[in-house]
Amino acid sequence: MLEYARWKYILVAAVLLLALLFALPNFFGEDPALQVARKDHTPVGTEASAAVQAYLSSRGIHLAKSYIDSDRLMLRFASVSDQLAARDAVNEEYKGTYITALSFAPRTPELLRALGLRPMPLGLDLRGGLYLLYQVDVNSAVGQALDGYAQDARRALAAANIPVKDVTSITVASERPNAVRIVLPPEADVNAARAALSQPLQGLTVTTESLASGSAITGVLTTAQIRERQDYAIQQNITTLRNRVNELGVSEPIVQRQGIDRINVQLPGVQDSADVKDILGRVATLEFRLEDMQNNAVEAEQTGHVPLGSKLYTHTRFGRPVLLKREVIATGDQLTNATSGQSQEGPAVNIKLDARAGDNMLRTTRQNVNKRMAVVLIEKRRESSDVDGKKVSREVTDEEVINDATIRGIFSNNFQITGLGAGEARELALLLRSGSLATVIYEIEERAVGPSLGRENIDKGVTALIVGMAGVFVFMALYYKTFGLVADIVLLANVVLLTALLSMMRASLSLPGIAGIILTVGMAVDANVLIYERIREEVRKGVSPQAAIRAGFEKAFSAIADSNVTTLIAGVVLWVLGTGPIRGFAIVLTLGVATSMFTSLMGSRALLTLMYGGRRKIARLSI
Amino acid sequence: MEFFSHQTSYPFMATRKVWYTLSAVLMIVALGSYFTRGLNLAIDFTGGVSAEVSFPHPVNVDDVRARLTSAGFREPQVQNFGSSRDISIRLPPDATQSATAVRARLEGSLKELDPGVQVAQLDVVGPQVGNELRSSAIWALFFTLLGIFAYIAFRFHTWRLSLGAILAVLHDPILVLGFFSLTQMSFDLAVVAAILAVIGYSLNDTVVVFDRIRERFETNRRSPADQVLDQSINQTLSRTIMTKVVTSIVVVALLFLGGPVLKGFSAALLIGIIAGTYSSIYISSAIALDCGLTAEHVFPSVKKTALDLQP
Repeated sequence: MLEYARWKYILVAAVLLLALLFALPNFFGEDPALQVARKDHTPVGTEASAAVQAYLSSRGIHLAKSYIDSDRLMLRFASVSDQLAARDAVNEEYKGTYITALSFAPRTPELLRALGLRPMPLGLDLRGGLYLLYQVDVNSAVGQALDGYAQDARRALAAANIPVKDVTSITVASERPNAVRIVLPPEADVNAARAALSQPLQGLTVTTESLASGSAITGVLTTAQIRERQDYAIQQNITTLRNRVNELGVSEPIVQRQGIDRINVQLPGVQDSADVKDILGRVATLEFRLEDMQNNAVEAEQTGHVPLGSKLYTHTRFGRPVLLKREVIATGDQLTNATSGQSQEGPAVNIKLDARAGDNMLRTTRQNVNKRMAVVLIEKRRESSDVDGKKVSREVTDEEVINDATIRGIFSNNFQITGLGAGEARELALLLRSGSLATVIYEIEERAVGPSLGRENIDKGVTALIVGMAGVFVFMALYYKTFGLVADIVLLANVVLLTALLSMMRASLSLPGIAGIILTVGMAVDANVLIYERIREEVRKGVSPQAAIRAGFEKAFSAIADSNVTTLIAGVVLWVLGTGPIRGFAIVLTLGVATSMFTSLMGSRALLTLMYGGRRKIARLSI
Repeated sequence: MEFFSHQTSYPFMATRKVWYTLSAVLMIVALGSYFTRGLNLAIDFTGGVSAEVSFPHPVNVDDVRARLTSAGFREPQVQNFGSSRDISIRLPPDATQSATAVRARLEGSLKELDPGVQVAQLDVVGPQVGNELRSSAIWALFFTLLGIFAYIAFRFHTWRLSLGAILAVLHDPILVLGFFSLTQMSFDLAVVAAILAVIGYSLNDTVVVFDRIRERFETNRRSPADQVLDQSINQTLSRTIMTKVVTSIVVVALLFLGGPVLKGFSAALLIGIIAGTYSSIYISSAIALDCGLTAEHVFPSVKKTALDLQP
């Protein structure tokens, strides 16, 4: 007699049906597609869409389908070569108007898509694209925080009329790490100073020491504060990078933290890295300042004597030095929107400020009509050079006055910057809109895969999968006859279950991931072989067929569990320590072990019990 | 169909000196090559630039190399890749150049050769990342072995079986490393992943054989150990070979059809599976025997007496 509990049948059937549903979207495949978005981020209209389509057909490029999806025009093609030809054609014809990104559009039927079922996303090695790994300079984020404390301290002491010799922020490199140090002259009242500083240095560990002349108050950042600051910097940079990536119009981009101080950016379908990286890596912000019109900038440059309360800018877009007031009216992070457009004086950036900056702007412009206001663009980048054979990198700040114009009327939070080229206006608007990076980032790894290579990788992976599976199926059927066919069905169920799990997790599928699926097929056979060899042994002993099946499953269980644990150990270590495609392989390997346990123990038992169960007499097993 | 009659009785234990010698020779060759020739580490570990480009027309590798050298690239490695139109280029890491600059220069100088050139793949790995990937690969190897050893110690109650399993586990990755050193195939991150998978996978057989040894000792307490070991290996032989043949089918499919990216990965798997099968049949049990394994170690008699007393 061979029996299997009814709830187990139901469980197996339910799991497999669900798995089939989740795995289904993967079997429809994908069309190569081209995403066309307007450079100024306005929606693509139906007329424009028709124009692009007409242009493509005039160039003899065949379109499979086209539609407008979230303000972008999506064009589908039958082949990658059509897709590439269309991209080149659109880029050539509509250079200033559209930006294009290569992508794949799943052929999933509407019904499944409506249920929220989607195929596994493909990794960059399979769909082509650009992978960038950025290092975030977290130390400079801590330095910025210290500078903020120093500034507050200075202000508080000045307000309390306490004389100060020096206020410095000390970062990791020096002896006392991550601290603000305030040196007071002998005549200063240390206790009063500490009282005045209690507010600005709140949260820091503050100590006082006597010096040869005077005294010093030091506030040290705690480890938790440093960590918090670093996390904040990373998070802020991720947000900014994400905004910038979205502005680029790339489909399904990924921006994520990697380790303590890294950010990886994955841009499917992007081929040209130079433009993208220029925009992603830039730290740009604006400052609006009034021009100092009482003093002469040229004179200041020649004598080197800059009037108090003003700052000399020699690097300007209009070729002459300019003196600007130290007081900042508004900064880039108070911006709520920036768009590029046209004005009577040529290309312009339309700026919108938040309420506070708007008030400030209103007050300033009211008092200073017909005076001049300048816009300073501040960009930070990292420059590396060889010093005594050692690689030294340092942060460089470029300040450029991009615009200096007469205030014609009173305005508050809504105005224009003119005097830029069309390209510059667009780029500046984009940079301003996407916010500024908290600290400098620099690129440490780049991987680019062309779209045709990605297609080739998929084709090769799928071919290997099909041929490998076919080989296993034929071999099992020949070697174990009917039982072999049962094993084949179970293996197929295993692949479906694995695909379903991967689709549910939205884990992106890489080439090593496909290899992992293939390997899982090969390894999942192990459990079946263990069971079948046991059944054969029992049959040889003269045990009845049904009892042999039962004994086979029961006696093989410990060996199956054992052999899977060892693979699981390797899989988990890889999962934890691996990155990118290797992690994809580890996920597949680990999940594959779990699904193969389920299908070969429960699935094949259910199937065999259905076939050989009950009380009927069976002469011999086809094994 | 059956490949093995159910009563195979190969004298694995009596002939173990032969297998020890074979293993020793293979290990010496593998380690010798590893320490003299080293591995052909991919840019994953060394840092640098790796590019695959395809030209519209067949192109001479030497021309490409000359062009790159004259463009100021140091020691460019240029090879054909698949067809005479596809070229793979490797450049050593250069700390003074940004990835963007390298890419632009590389594309520029190749376009001079033929304006229709297409860059299919371009990887730029900073030296710092290379070092980190190298150390994380070593850590992964270390933790996997640690996990496996812990599992073995927990699973087999006698050090004699544990030692056999551990030596068999170490045996396989060393042979894979030797293979990569001898052939100078590119050793990348995927190969490391394959080696870890092999470590886990090849222990399966040893565990299955050892399970059988325990089972047989339970029923035949008085049989000599070498006889029990031989029987255990012979009884599980069909399963061991079958499983590995089936896994090899898919790995061979990957090796020949999976494309160049997976070549090293699948080669490592194949060598590892073969080595793992060999070591679990010929080496692991033999070591346990030479450590003096008897039924007593697997089932201490005190426990057995206690069990016997139960009705």
